Amino acid sequence: MRDVAIIGTGVTKFGELWDKSFRQLITEAGSKAILEAGVSGTEIDALYVGSMGSGRFIGQEHIGALVADCSGFSHLHIPSTRIESACASGGLAVRQGYLSVASGINDIVVVGGIEKMTDVVGSEATNTLATVADQEWEAFFGATFPGLYAMIATKHMNDYGTTREQLAQVAVKNHANGALNPNAQFKREISIDAVINAPPVAYPLGMLDCSPVSDGAATVVLCAAEKAKKYIDNPVKIIASGQASDTLALHGRREICTFDSTVHAARMAYKQANLKPKDIDVAELHDSFTIAEILAIEDLGFVKKGDGGKAIDNKITTLDGELPVNTSGGLKAKGHPIGATGVAQIAEIVAQLQGTADQRQIKDAKIGLTHNIGGTGASCVVHILEAM
Amino acid sequence: MENRAVPRFWREIPQRYSIIGNQCGVCKKFYFPPRESCPFCRRKSIGKMETKKLKGKGTVVTYSIVHDAPDQFEGQAPYPIAIIELDEGPHLTAQIVDCNVDDIKIGMKVESTFRKIQEDGYMGAIYYGYKFKPVG
Repeated sequence: MRDVAIIGTGVTKFGELWDKSFRQLITEAGSKAILEAGVSGTEIDALYVGSMGSGRFIGQEHIGALVADCSGFSHLHIPSTRIESACASGGLAVRQGYLSVASGINDIVVVGGIEKMTDVVGSEATNTLATVADQEWEAFFGATFPGLYAMIATKHMNDYGTTREQLAQVAVKNHANGALNPNAQFKREISIDAVINAPPVAYPLGMLDCSPVSDGAATVVLCAAEKAKKYIDNPVKIIASGQASDTLALHGRREICTFDSTVHAARMAYKQANLKPKDIDVAELHDSFTIAEILAIEDLGFVKKGDGGKAIDNKITTLDGELPVNTSGGLKAKGHPIGATGVAQIAEIVAQLQGTADQRQIKDAKIGLTHNIGGTGASCVVHILEAM
Repeated sequence: MENRAVPRFWREIPQRYSIIGNQCGVCKKFYFPPRESCPFCRRKSIGKMETKKLKGKGTVVTYSIVHDAPDQFEGQAPYPIAIIELDEGPHLTAQIVDCNVDDIKIGMKVESTFRKIQEDGYMGAIYYGYKFKPVG
């Protein structure tokens, strides 16, 4: 295994981008990253693209070839692979690209993530999202995707005394961060009252506890670390990549309030990087729902199980806290174009470690972590990055 | 569930109508829905999984009230959904019926009842299966 570095990133604006097609979005993100890296088409050994549900969202499968084609690489015949792992598709695409460079097979790969979610109408987006849960034994009986996370929240509140206000604070914090991110879907702050009084989606969660339906794409360029400085002055090294799985249905888990996939993916990553949770300076975590960020800070070992709500009260995860979480605005405010999310998390941490995160910049950030969940925790991908 | 062939549903009728699960002949652990092999005994359990009807009695592990429902459930919303631990051990997800939503609590004892689950539009198939109600 050899070291792998990131030499370019590109993220589109996230939001309801009605005037932009799937092809335009992935090409825009890809061009930004490739131009930043300064690599030429003939130097690219492989493409990976994470997309959760293009077949239902835009009626198009075979995304690997499509992305190579619309990016202008079809005549170069570059191997191009689509990766699907529900909401962790982007993070897993990065991991597959990382493994291919680490193995020595490829020197330079481009990893994209995309979802174009607003080309369907009515409840089709919600129905497509439900396919990441167990269709036959959860969704069939009326469990919605927010409903499953809501059941985790009910249990967390019951077992650990987590409050409705603490859940709301997660959304408030992430909107405050999103207000500073020019690419965010929601560039505005919200109040605790607004979150608590929002229309109910699934008790105890309301509309402002849930990440939105979004369009967007993100791309990173990976390179063998020993060659990275040939392309840019400030590459960022991927010092660990962890992945784990669990039962598809939430009800099959050992424990409702712990995502064992996070625990195991994090353990793998911390071991590879030879680091502990306290060594992380900044993190992008999977806050698809407010309760998910509380679970994540616990399962990643930043706080003890059950203390996630209190950590929010104690402002540990704000921009000026001990461990700033979701400086980008997170899935909640930046937006959650499913396949793009895991790649955009990497791009945000790269910006933090390169010192280019502008108003969101965390002082002296040296080590950052990304955490990308698929479904209700049936898949998890964790990466740890370090400035070079 | 848009244009699914009917076998996708009738194949699950024993489980959905009667809560038929199975039991590992090696470690005696119960499973619902039935599994091809026991995840703990794996190869030793192949050919030794015994079909068992579960009693349909259990305890609420956690719950939510679904307000924003899929089209097939729209007439039912808001409705409670729960994870239930069956007395034999397996967990499943089902709606809670026949009680006030405010009375649902974690730890509440429930039993299964046969109900209509959803319908595939005005002209489509009607699907049946288990929901759970408070005991007594």
